[in-house]
Amino acid sequence: MPDSPTPTRDSNRTRAGGAKDAPAAPATGLSGLASSPSTVAADVLARAQAGDHQAFSQLYSLHKRRIYSLCLRMVGNIAEAEDLTQEAFLQLHRKIATFRGDSAFSTWLHRLAVNVVLMQLRKKGLSLISLDEAMEPTPEEGPSRSFGAPDPTLSGTIDRLALERAVADLPAGYRLIFILHDVEGFEHNEIASMLECSIGNSKSQLHKARLKLRDALRAQNCEEARS
Amino acid sequence: MISEQSKLRCAEFQAQLPELIGAGEDASAHPHVQSCELCRALLADLETIAEAARQLFPSVEPPDKVWDQIESAIKREEGDGSEPSGAPQP
Repeated sequence: MPDSPTPTRDSNRTRAGGAKDAPAAPATGLSGLASSPSTVAADVLARAQAGDHQAFSQLYSLHKRRIYSLCLRMVGNIAEAEDLTQEAFLQLHRKIATFRGDSAFSTWLHRLAVNVVLMQLRKKGLSLISLDEAMEPTPEEGPSRSFGAPDPTLSGTIDRLALERAVADLPAGYRLIFILHDVEGFEHNEIASMLECSIGNSKSQLHKARLKLRDALRAQNCEEARS
Repeated sequence: MISEQSKLRCAEFQAQLPELIGAGEDASAHPHVQSCELCRALLADLETIAEAARQLFPSVEPPDKVWDQIESAIKREEGDGSEPSGAPQP
């Protein structure tokens, strides 16, 4: 059975937090020379695959921050993110022996966690199968076009917290694609594969998500200017 | 005053934007953008948002109880010889 999930590129370009998941300090080998973090990680992985519980807990320590953060971004709810993190690591425990190293382990785990979250979202009724219909917002929910009237621009700077709030307020489908592409760094073909939609649909939904964020941020700027 | 023809050109350009941007093309090099301040501003904003997204949501540590629950579920699973279904009970 092939590695599953098998992403097509290194999801380690995840921008938030990836580097923080590295071990705090390299382990010291018997010779007294420091082993590289990758050697340590490979050893931990091999032992975890062999059923070493201690090694599995080390794997958890290495990857928990990244996986929890991913879940939190995707669902925007702490309690759900905790449950999903648990589920992702339980899935990992069940499947770890099937990992053959076709991709980086962190990439494989990242993809596994995304799938766990998507499964949960499907259970909650978010149709990811027919994105074209189910994720199309009503006209009043959709982003505005930008022609015919002068628009205030964002002036090249965005307050991070304001953007995070605006992302949290996006309709679920928009938020999902925005997080997967712009925050987590997945490519459109990967998103299309994960969400079972067309690549064109992924591009279109991302564009609409960004337009909607632009609307929200400009409205907020206007409000601040008035007050 | 923005003419109807100009609006039409903006609409046509903006309809192509998802594909242009999604394909990684330099949309700012599109002929329409060179002559349209509105679409230039739109593109600049979209780029600003995409850039800002990379700094969003700094990673956070899960609470310790998450590992406790994972560990309990694994022990249950190994004890049962079966896979637990769904998320573990708190």
